[in-house]
Amino acid sequence: MVFIPLKLAGEAAAPLGAMVGTDPAEPHLLVVPQPRNRDLRFAFMSELAQIMLPYIEGFATAKETVSGRNERERYLDAPQVIVPGRRGVEFVRLLGRSTRFRRSDGPYPVDPSVPVLGQWLTFLYERGELAGSSALLAMTDALSLHWATGQSPMEDANLATLLAWISPPPGLTGQEAAAAAENPIDRPPAGPDTDPGFDAQVLQPAIRAYDASGSPALVRQALRTQLEPTWRLMWEAVDLMRALPEAASVAERWAIDRDQYTREVTRLAEGGPPRGRRDQAGPAAIRLWDMEGAQQSYDAQRAYDDPLVMTEHRAAGKAFTGEAVHVDADRKILLPGGKKPVPRPLVTVRTSDPVRLTPGKRVFSVHRRRQSGEIVEIDGDLIVVQLNDQLAKGAGVPTPGDAVCFTELDLGGRIRPGFPTGEETPWTHGGPPAAYVPTDEDAVEAWS
Amino acid sequence: MNSPNHRLDALRGGVAPVDHNARTIAALAGNPGCDRRAVLDAAGIHKQSIAVHLGHPAPFGQSPFALDRARAFEELVKADGCAHLVRLLRETLGLSVPEVAYTDIADVGGNTAHQLRHTRTLAELRRAAEDGERSGTLFDHPLLKLPVAGHEVYLEPSVIAFQIRGRFHIVEIKSFAVIDGTADSGQVAAASRLSAVYVYALKALFRAEGIDPDRVSHEVVLVCPKDFANHPTATLLDVRQQLASLNRQLSRLTRIDRILDHLPPELTFSLEQSPAELARAIRTVEARYAPECLSACEMAYFCRADARVCGSVDVLGRATRDELGGLESIDAVLDLTAGDRLTSPEQAEIADQLRYVRAVYREHASAGAEAVA
Repeated sequence: MVFIPLKLAGEAAAPLGAMVGTDPAEPHLLVVPQPRNRDLRFAFMSELAQIMLPYIEGFATAKETVSGRNERERYLDAPQVIVPGRRGVEFVRLLGRSTRFRRSDGPYPVDPSVPVLGQWLTFLYERGELAGSSALLAMTDALSLHWATGQSPMEDANLATLLAWISPPPGLTGQEAAAAAENPIDRPPAGPDTDPGFDAQVLQPAIRAYDASGSPALVRQALRTQLEPTWRLMWEAVDLMRALPEAASVAERWAIDRDQYTREVTRLAEGGPPRGRRDQAGPAAIRLWDMEGAQQSYDAQRAYDDPLVMTEHRAAGKAFTGEAVHVDADRKILLPGGKKPVPRPLVTVRTSDPVRLTPGKRVFSVHRRRQSGEIVEIDGDLIVVQLNDQLAKGAGVPTPGDAVCFTELDLGGRIRPGFPTGEETPWTHGGPPAAYVPTDEDAVEAWS
Repeated sequence: MNSPNHRLDALRGGVAPVDHNARTIAALAGNPGCDRRAVLDAAGIHKQSIAVHLGHPAPFGQSPFALDRARAFEELVKADGCAHLVRLLRETLGLSVPEVAYTDIADVGGNTAHQLRHTRTLAELRRAAEDGERSGTLFDHPLLKLPVAGHEVYLEPSVIAFQIRGRFHIVEIKSFAVIDGTADSGQVAAASRLSAVYVYALKALFRAEGIDPDRVSHEVVLVCPKDFANHPTATLLDVRQQLASLNRQLSRLTRIDRILDHLPPELTFSLEQSPAELARAIRTVEARYAPECLSACEMAYFCRADARVCGSVDVLGRATRDELGGLESIDAVLDLTAGDRLTSPEQAEIADQLRYVRAVYREHASAGAEAVA
C-alpha cells in the first residue's frame, strides 16, 4: 500500500491530507479542509482507517504452522506500507502516537477505528525501525540501496530527483533530469512538508474559502495537484523495485515480518493496550538487543546474497574470495579434554584480496551457509582455514579448484540472553517501573 | 581608500548593506571554510539577489502557516506579563523565582528607533546587574548590538533576558513540539545556534560595559509546545559548544582583510554587470561547496553548478569526499582507477583500493553479462 501523507507547516502532526491506496489507477484522496479543526482531523483519521484497516487486517486469513523449537502459527502474508521518504516514516510515528490513546467513549469520543489505526501505525513504525523489515519502507531508502546516483545522499532523499537520475526521460541525462525535477512547481515535494510558496499562494486562499463557504472543493483541488505527481512517482518506483530479482534471504526476512504481524493481530484481538509513551527499562534493553541483532543479520545477509555488497567488505579486508588450492578433508585432531579425534578439515585458499583478518579469527563460509571455521595461518596470498562445524550435516568440504569465500560477517540468530523481568529491574535502571495503564488523560490529550 | 570597509563597500557596488540577524550570524558558523560566503556576508551583500541575477535562485521561504503558529505561540507564552513563562521557570525548571518585574523595551516612549532602544536596553541591563540579587527581572525585546566584520549590527531578538541569582539567561521561544520529552534534533540544533548568538551578543555587551561577562549564563531556556497541544514546556539548553564555534567564526570574519588582500582591487559584485561578468567576479573568491549548503546558503545552487562543471567530488557529499582521501576531482579518481596516471606516494593507498574495487566490479559485470547471455 502506498501512503503519501501531507502535514500543515509549523505544526507537530496536523494532517493536511493524504493519498493512499493499493492500486495505481485508484488513489484515495483524503483532505482536512481546515487543518486546525480537531474534529476534522479525527474525521480524516477515521476516513484513513476505513481504507487502511481493511488492508492491514485483510491479511489475517490463511495461516501456516511453523514447526520447530518454538511451534507457532503464522499468516501467509502481511501488510506493507510504503511512504516516499524518511520524513514520511516519522510522520507515521507521530500519527500513531497522537491517535493510539484515544477512546470511543468518555469525553472527546472518537470513532472506534481511530485508536485501532493508531496502534497499527505504531506497530508499522516500530517494525520499520528494525533492519531488514519491509513492513514500513521509505521509498528513497529502498531505491538508494539498489541504485547509485551522481548526487549526494542528502539530495537522494528527494524522490523526484532520485528517480530522475535512475530513469531520466528520453533525451536527458540523469543530471539534467534531476535539475529539472528540483522545481517545486512541476514536482511538488513528496511530503509530509509542503512547498512554502504553495502554502502562501494556493493553500491559504483555499482554506479561507472553506472557512467562508464550507465547501472543501478548493482544498481538495489544491492538494490533488501536490499529491498526484508524487503518487505517479511512487508507483513508477514500485515498478522499478518489482523488476529487480529477489535476493535469497528475502523470504527469511519476510517470514519475520509475518511472525510479528501474526503476534500483533493476536495481541490486539486480546485487547492489548496501546504502547506507552516511553519504553520502560526492561523492554527498552530487549528492543536494543533485537535492533542490534537485526542489523547484524541484515548486513551479513545482504553481503552473502549480493557479491557486489560483499565487494565492499572484501575491499575493507573483512572477507576474502579465492580458489581452494589444497584441501585436507580427512584431518582429525584431538580437542582439549576430548577423548576421540574429531574431523577438522583444512582448506588452503589463494586470494588476491587485501585481507585484514588475523589467525584465530572466526570466519563463515558464504557458499556453505552456517558453516564456520577459523583462520589458522596466513602466508602471503595463501590463507589456511580450519572448518569447525556442519561437517556431519552434509554441508561438506570444498574440493580443490572450488571458488570459496569466507567472511567475518555473522548471519546471527543469537539467542537473546535472559533480561530481568519488570519486577526485577535493577536500581541502576530506576527499579521496577510502575505498570503502564493508559490513563483517561492520555485519551483526551489535546491535539491542536 | 584601502581599508577593509572601503573594499567591502566597493564590492557591494554602492548599495546599502543588508542587516545581519541572529539567523545569518548563526549560519556563518555553518561552513567556516568558505571564503565566498565569508566575503559576501562581511560586505553585507544580499546573496539572494546575486543568486537570482546569476540564474540560480535558492528556493527558500517560510510557510504562512508556520509563521502564524510561531506568532500565536509566542503571544501565548508572553500573555499577561509572561505568566506562563514565570510558571515554567518555577515549576518545570524548579527555579525559585521571586517577585517578577516585566519590562518591555519594544519602544521607548513610542519611539522605536534602534539607537534609543539600544541605549534603553543598556541602561536597564546595567541597573539590573548592579541591583543584583534583589529581583528577578524579565526584559522583553531587548535590542543588542554586535560588531560583525567591522560593522555594528543590531540584533532584534524575539527573546527575553532574565536575571536570577545574579546570572542572566536568554529565553528562546520556539514553536516546534516536544513530544514525550524529545524534539526534532535538527530544530533543536538550529535553536541552540540562534540562542548562542544572543548569549554571545549579551556577553559582548557586558564586557563593553565593564560588567563581568560570566554573569551571562551559557544555559538557555528553551520554551516549546508540549506534545500536540499549545501548552508550553521549558528545557535548559547548554550552548557552550555553539558559542565556541561562533567565537571562532566571528574572529575569523574580523580578519576578512586577509582574504581581501588576494582579490583584484577593482573587483565588484554590483548587480549592474551582466550575469556572466558577475559570475566571473564571484568565481574569483573561492567557495567550499558541500551539499549541506543547499539548505543554508542562498548561493548554494550556483556553487553546486560550478562544482559539477569542474567535476569536483564535493557534489557527492562529505562522506564520499572523505573516503576518496584527498582526491579533488572525479576525473582524477577515474584516471587513478584506470591506472592512467602516475600516483604520488600519498595517493598509493587510495589508488590500490580503487583499482582493486574496479577489478572486482569488472569480474562481476562480465559474470552478469554471461548469465544474461
